[in-house]
Amino acid sequence: MIEIKNINKTFGDRHVVKDVSFTFEAGKTNLIIGESGCGKTTVLKLMVGLHAIDSGEILYSGENFAAMKQKEQQVVRKEIGMLFQGGALFDSQTLEENVRFPLDMFTTLSKEEKTDRVNFCLERVQLTGRNKLYPAELSGGMKKRAALARAIANNPKYLFCDEPNSGLDPKTSIIIDELISDITKEYNITTIIVTHDMNSVIQIGENIMFVYKGQNWWKGDKTKILNSDNKELFDFVFASDFMKQFFGK
Amino acid sequence: MKPIYHIGRYFMLLKRVFSKPENFRVYFNQFLYEINSLGIGSLGLIAIISIFMGGVITIQSAYNFTSPFIPRYAIGLGTRESIVLEFSPTIVSLILAGKVGSNIASEIGTMRISEQIDALEIMGINSAGYLIRPKILAAMFINPFLITISMFLGVFGGFLFGVFSGACDAEKYIFGIQSFFIPYNIVYALTKTVVFAFVITSVSAYHGYYTSGGALEVGKASTKSVVYNSILILIINLIITKLMLV
Repeated sequence: MIEIKNINKTFGDRHVVKDVSFTFEAGKTNLIIGESGCGKTTVLKLMVGLHAIDSGEILYSGENFAAMKQKEQQVVRKEIGMLFQGGALFDSQTLEENVRFPLDMFTTLSKEEKTDRVNFCLERVQLTGRNKLYPAELSGGMKKRAALARAIANNPKYLFCDEPNSGLDPKTSIIIDELISDITKEYNITTIIVTHDMNSVIQIGENIMFVYKGQNWWKGDKTKILNSDNKELFDFVFASDFMKQFFGK
Repeated sequence: MKPIYHIGRYFMLLKRVFSKPENFRVYFNQFLYEINSLGIGSLGLIAIISIFMGGVITIQSAYNFTSPFIPRYAIGLGTRESIVLEFSPTIVSLILAGKVGSNIASEIGTMRISEQIDALEIMGINSAGYLIRPKILAAMFINPFLITISMFLGVFGGFLFGVFSGACDAEKYIFGIQSFFIPYNIVYALTKTVVFAFVITSVSAYHGYYTSGGALEVGKASTKSVVYNSILILIINLIITKLMLV
């Protein structure tokens, strides 16, 4: 479980994240949703320490991550897997080397055990037999799946996903969503997904935080989100005519 | 204040670069990879440049040494001294600053803008140490070998083009390159080489590591690294020369 308490972040004179608090539960897909530029990716980056918070607390299983020294943060980060928007696979390494990388760095597994683990992870994301391909040879969806394989290689306790569906067709998006949801349940991971894809919200949104102008504007789940009377949330969810007609709004 | 800010940030980065590695074996493999990438990969360019520049130095020496009071073997002697003292350690390092420096800055810069460095950080890896240290150590290790090869090839190029162009006699050239040899000059040249290798890799890595934005900024970082490297090499060359030769 991860808790954020009253976190704030300012870039220059722009107050990007304003007093945001939320609890991300283990074994659930926790979603941070909102319009582009509302601060949701910033919240994610603050949580993993890519940006430093100005004030507040980020608690990983009760330990304040923001107050830790760099070395202590590195220990927590070994339990984190992250799926970046563009995949962020290492260009100079094959798919197998990418997935093996965290294992080489932090485990004492034998070569055979690492190979088994890599093959298991690639199979889990439906990339069996693509071990020797380089990132440049993969499609967008394959890159996302490969990045997911790398993220879960070292059995993370926490999984962060930054817009996992961006740039993907609806069918591949569903595959990625289902994969993330299945992995979350299977390994009881605390998964945090930043997205503005309503299909994802309706399909896998178990614990949702809606960010509006840098603030935590609404919280709930996929059943409540469709019936909320929060105006800003309504405008976000039912932005398209299709959604309005489909749900009779 | 900006230069002070950059100098401070450069040394802060170096502190991270040389902090304890997470896994020695992985770092050592990277070191070997960088030796091949930065060192062996530059061998062809260095060989071609050294042979031709050796030839040009010899022909120019022959063209200038017209006085009957200057013995003809001075052409070989002058060529050797020019190559050992200045051409191989300094000019080849300047060339490497262009080739290797821009390569490092653009590689690390691209990793920065495509979030690969963030990915390393989130895995709990000291990205500066993992990406930069093997490059610095590999260049400091392999460049003295490259420069030594450059010295031999430069002197050989001088012989080849000098003799075949008729600028000098083979016998006198060989006598010249064997005369008045001072071993300390090699120490001086290789000391410069190691310092330049450190500068080229660390300054380029600094520019790449702090790139932000997109492809345009990666290009700018690459250009900046070459410019700063070139200026620093010239300044440090002067300082080391003053300290070691005067």
